Amino acid sequence: MTKAKPVTDYSAHIRVNADGTNQLRLIVAGMHCAGCAFKIEKMLNGHSGVEARVNVTEKRLSLVWAGDRAVGNNLLADVETMGFQLSPLKQAGTEDAGLKHLLRCIAVSGFASGNLMVFSMALWFSGRDSMGGATRDLMHWYSALITLPTVIYAGMPFFKSAWHALRHGRTNMDVPISVAVTLASAVSLYETFHSSEHAYFDSVAMLLFLLLIGRYLDARVRLQAKSAAADLLQVMQGTASVTEEDGHIRRIPSDALVPGMRLYVAKGEKILADGTALNTGDVDTSAITGETLPRHICVGDAVLAGMINMGAPLDIRVDKTQQGSLIGDIIALMQRAEQGGAVYVRIADRIARWYTPVVHALALITFLGWWWLGGVAFQPALMCAVTVLIITCPCALGLAVPVAQVMAGGRLFRRGMLLKSADALERLEKIDTIVFDKTGTLTTGKIVMDPPSCLDEETKSQIAGMAAATAHPLARAVTAVWPSLPAAGTVEVDGRGVEIIQPDGTWCRLGSAAFLDVTEGPDDDRLELWFSMQGRPPLRLTFSDRLHADAAVVIADLCTKYRVVLLSGDRPGVAAAVAAQLGIDEWYGAVDPLRKHAMIDAEISAGRHVLMVGDGLNDAAALSRATVSMSPSSALDIAQNAADIVYQRAGLASVAEVLQTAGRTQAIVRQSFGLALAYNIIAVPLAMAGFVTPLVAAVSMSLSSLLVVGNALRLKGE
Amino acid sequence: MDVLTYMIPIALLMGVLWLIVFMWALRSGQFDDPEGAANRILLDDENDEETRNDNR
Repeated sequence: MTKAKPVTDYSAHIRVNADGTNQLRLIVAGMHCAGCAFKIEKMLNGHSGVEARVNVTEKRLSLVWAGDRAVGNNLLADVETMGFQLSPLKQAGTEDAGLKHLLRCIAVSGFASGNLMVFSMALWFSGRDSMGGATRDLMHWYSALITLPTVIYAGMPFFKSAWHALRHGRTNMDVPISVAVTLASAVSLYETFHSSEHAYFDSVAMLLFLLLIGRYLDARVRLQAKSAAADLLQVMQGTASVTEEDGHIRRIPSDALVPGMRLYVAKGEKILADGTALNTGDVDTSAITGETLPRHICVGDAVLAGMINMGAPLDIRVDKTQQGSLIGDIIALMQRAEQGGAVYVRIADRIARWYTPVVHALALITFLGWWWLGGVAFQPALMCAVTVLIITCPCALGLAVPVAQVMAGGRLFRRGMLLKSADALERLEKIDTIVFDKTGTLTTGKIVMDPPSCLDEETKSQIAGMAAATAHPLARAVTAVWPSLPAAGTVEVDGRGVEIIQPDGTWCRLGSAAFLDVTEGPDDDRLELWFSMQGRPPLRLTFSDRLHADAAVVIADLCTKYRVVLLSGDRPGVAAAVAAQLGIDEWYGAVDPLRKHAMIDAEISAGRHVLMVGDGLNDAAALSRATVSMSPSSALDIAQNAADIVYQRAGLASVAEVLQTAGRTQAIVRQSFGLALAYNIIAVPLAMAGFVTPLVAAVSMSLSSLLVVGNALRLKGE
Repeated sequence: MDVLTYMIPIALLMGVLWLIVFMWALRSGQFDDPEGAANRILLDDENDEETRNDNR
């Protein structure tokens, strides 16, 4: 009897296009390179009437097909068989559209500044006698013709943000920008109308252009940071197999699981709800607890959502809905952490708080000073105030942080580190405590057999043959060192070990201490396998999870500058051994995911700034709570999404390097702010005194921006 | 300086043309998947075999 391949139903997410075709948009997980993407495309496009397109950059699949709606499910089931996980997308992302709009605004303002420069050059470098008044007016009118639509279109992001802030009784950087742009345009138009000499159209367009570049870079860096909690939810939204009363297996969405149902979990599948085991088996709990070894479960043992079935199919009675499961709790914690994330105020925003009132006060003083005290007419006095606003416009300030971040991000990226949150580097600078997870972070996460002492060849080949007959991780570690073919007649005994009955009736066993009735072994919490032939003393093989080669050096170095803590879900003995090996004084073993989060939370509440480095699902909540978090790229997707920084190189050197780069970047940012401030200190008095002509404004504005960008470029060269 | 009366509009028109081309590129998705586009060029065309046979 062959059972039909289970098919997940995506029909709820289908969008019917105008031409009657069906369309599905999905996120593809498990796609690591363009090759994978094209393999999917090729397979799907091989069917007639199907059009598939994979966006490699965003890891999205768009599938369009004509005819029967159900065809899509079969096609996507094929993609899932290829080893990719799919999750449907509801609509095109709004951030995406925002970024595109900013790009359009840059194009428009760039076009405007470039063309205005042609007129400005002519106006600046021709004296009063070489250009007639009529020609000058013509050029001013052309400038106005270009500038005014530009201001309306490209200025919109600033106007909207300023209006939004003002309506809520706040001010931000966009308020002075909007005021400056509007006033400068209005005054220039007035000047043009009255055939006067000075118009600031070019300054207005350049201002928008420079500011928009900073805004765009900033938005791009921010785009990558996305909600990790939503991601975890998505992972848990698989399809579960439920055994019905009549023995049939039905596939239902995992969020429809309710207590009392009987869940059927095939080998290698993820358990999707907390429940009780109805038969015995082995589960990989590493995602939840961080334990290296699979756990043997008996009838009546509790299993948790997120564990993976390693052995024979499991029957599980569902005890809790997904919301009530441990994963549900983790998700709730992460969502809270993500909402609380707004507490951190970025350095640029902190500056904006005092910047706005100061700038407006200066402009007002200039205006009143000239008008009342200086006895100048209303219009020239206003002109002076406008030049103050133009000169102080925060082009250099607006560029300083994004450019430095993009440079640092690019540098880290080339060295195998992906910066996911825009302000992670800024937050890293404050770090005083570094918390490490053990498995997969400090260690390689791979079990290696310790070289055994004095074994004869016969025993060795006996052990190797028996080990080759089972898929247990420890046995795999044995066969990695002693490759062998499975020994004939090897029987696996109930998750406890393997056994061979020799022709003479004696047994030969390889397995846990309990399996071999070993009572007095060394009690050192190490991973072990025992081997014995009947009538002979048992032999002990030990295993360890190797530390990364550079762990000792990096940790020793970090210990001199930071407080280093080890927080492991593994057994206390193992955690202690690793801590001792690395010289970490503060360590905690057997810490469950919720306690990990609670401990980080306590540190932060105590006023500390914590960098958390971890890789498991059990770290996800702690990662999202920490001030800054890092994950190796070998980590689960959830951990990677919760982390601010993902590093690809094996080992811990990346952690030290990120900290160093963060320090360097913040130094550059501060220098840039210093430069911008120095420029203002020189230029503002000039503007207040009325010496700033459109030429001076244009030159000083671009000069300060170039200085800041050039300063940030130094990050790339090193 | 009469030349300005038509040179300026021509220059502006060229600028606007460039802007339109850019907007078109943006809208038609030229910048949507830079990574994929960079790799697609390395992909063998599926129709290569047929095309070669046709040419014979």
